[in-house]
Amino acid sequence: MSVTNVLDVKDLTINYDNQPAVDNISFDVHQGDCLGIVGPNGAGKTTLFRAILGLQAFSGKIKLFGFEDSKYKSIIPLIGYVPQKVTFEPNFPATVYDVVSMGLISDKRIVQGAKLIQECGCCWNRIYQTIKKKDDKITQALHTVGLEFLRNRRIGELSGGELQRVFIAKALVKDPLLLILDEPVASVDVESQTKFYNVIKTINKENNITIIWSSHDLDAISKYANRVACMNKKLFFHGEKEKFFSDKELLKMYTESSMQMHMHNHDMH
Amino acid sequence: MILEALSYGFMQKALIAGIAVGLICSFMGTFLVLRRYSLFGDGIAHVAFGGISVGLFLGVFPLWTAFIVSIFGGIGLQKLRQSTKISGDAAVAVVLVSGLAVGVILVSSSGGFSVDLFSFLFGSILLISNEDTIMILAISSGIIATLVVLQKQFLHLTFNEEQAKLVGLRTTLLNYAFVILASITVVTSMRLVGILLISALIVIPNITAMMFGKGFKKTVCISMGISVISVIGGILLSYFLNLAPSGTIVVIAVGILVGTLVLKSTGLLQKVNIKNPSEITHNS
Repeated sequence: MSVTNVLDVKDLTINYDNQPAVDNISFDVHQGDCLGIVGPNGAGKTTLFRAILGLQAFSGKIKLFGFEDSKYKSIIPLIGYVPQKVTFEPNFPATVYDVVSMGLISDKRIVQGAKLIQECGCCWNRIYQTIKKKDDKITQALHTVGLEFLRNRRIGELSGGELQRVFIAKALVKDPLLLILDEPVASVDVESQTKFYNVIKTINKENNITIIWSSHDLDAISKYANRVACMNKKLFFHGEKEKFFSDKELLKMYTESSMQMHMHNHDMH
Repeated sequence: MILEALSYGFMQKALIAGIAVGLICSFMGTFLVLRRYSLFGDGIAHVAFGGISVGLFLGVFPLWTAFIVSIFGGIGLQKLRQSTKISGDAAVAVVLVSGLAVGVILVSSSGGFSVDLFSFLFGSILLISNEDTIMILAISSGIIATLVVLQKQFLHLTFNEEQAKLVGLRTTLLNYAFVILASITVVTSMRLVGILLISALIVIPNITAMMFGKGFKKTVCISMGISVISVIGGILLSYFLNLAPSGTIVVIAVGILVGTLVLKSTGLLQKVNIKNPSEITHNS
């Protein structure tokens, strides 16, 4: 059996108080894709991610490597997720090393999930599986995100950009087959953004890890994504990035809806 | 003089049981404080008061009824928090007053306070028997062994529950295991400092240790160290000065906290990054 799609989303609808947050959207993600999801604030991007991660009730179908229900749940640990906001106690006594090692906790479930997927003929570079020592795995992940020098630093002492790379390292140590990043560069300085984009480019190209990534940064999407999905509750576009960026009408509509949302938020404040 | 004190059987038992209790309170307390469950100890201890009253009322060994009632209290607290979205501190308040109310009703029905009840309220470490010491040692060993095995899981659960779920941890099961373990810790420790001061042993060594700015394992070790120093110092000092051991233990722990704060303010302690009291929001 061969499965080409990492993810299949069909007729997905999510309602909050009878108002649709995600309205009947369907799309797929191929293995090795770097899918950029664009849409204004409140477009339902985070809600969509939470549904994919099994944290949100929905109607419709979501398949991961063709799997649904209990088998789907068993491979969720193979998804790396970096949320838009991670909240923790300011003086939480955990170092960067402690946080990255949290990614390795449920080793057995990850091995079981990986077996299930490999039976479907899918392969991705599971580089961390070949490293035997836990310590070396963490060193390698921190090296990939360029943070080896902060290994013993308490997480409360890190900048936003450094924290974001720590969470990517935590996701990487478990050899994810799919990495979901929710607006990862919001409030990060330009230098850190460049470092971040280089990291996701490496893990997408060299490790063949599929990436879904939401952002407002159209320049970065045009540079690093190979496919684009544009949504504002409904899905307006899904396909090759060249098609998206050559469609003037679509770009105009996206810019206007983003602007309206921005003005609305500005008025609210 | 110290050797003379240590030659007494009651002092030896007090120190052995006290150190064991100090270790479990500080280890378990690390997670409780970080989960904003600082007053969990207080809440469960008050439920245990209800349990002790049930035991005294029925003529059963009160510690057993305290264990049973407290474990149910802990589970109830967790359910209350999960199913009604009541915040942790409010849920503790509900459970605390419920336990206390049941206790007061039963105590008044049975004709007032007894010596036994006072020893549970204020601690009676110098009066514990050989059997009590063995029981405290056995339970403490079990709790420490379980915490060592589950510490990574508990740490992740404490750090961020949703993220813990996503890496494949069974968070619901772990949450129940956590409150049951915490309830057993509180009831086991009540003999040392009593129901009214139990929170001190859970909270104070941990907030002191967190000021040192170290990682998780070192913070737990520092906290255990502070706890053991407070217990040994408190028991010895109470012997020499004829003071109440429970209060002396807590006063020493508070003294270490104040000393650490002073050291920190003078810059002698490693610089600690204390942010504003609200949670850090990682917006990236």
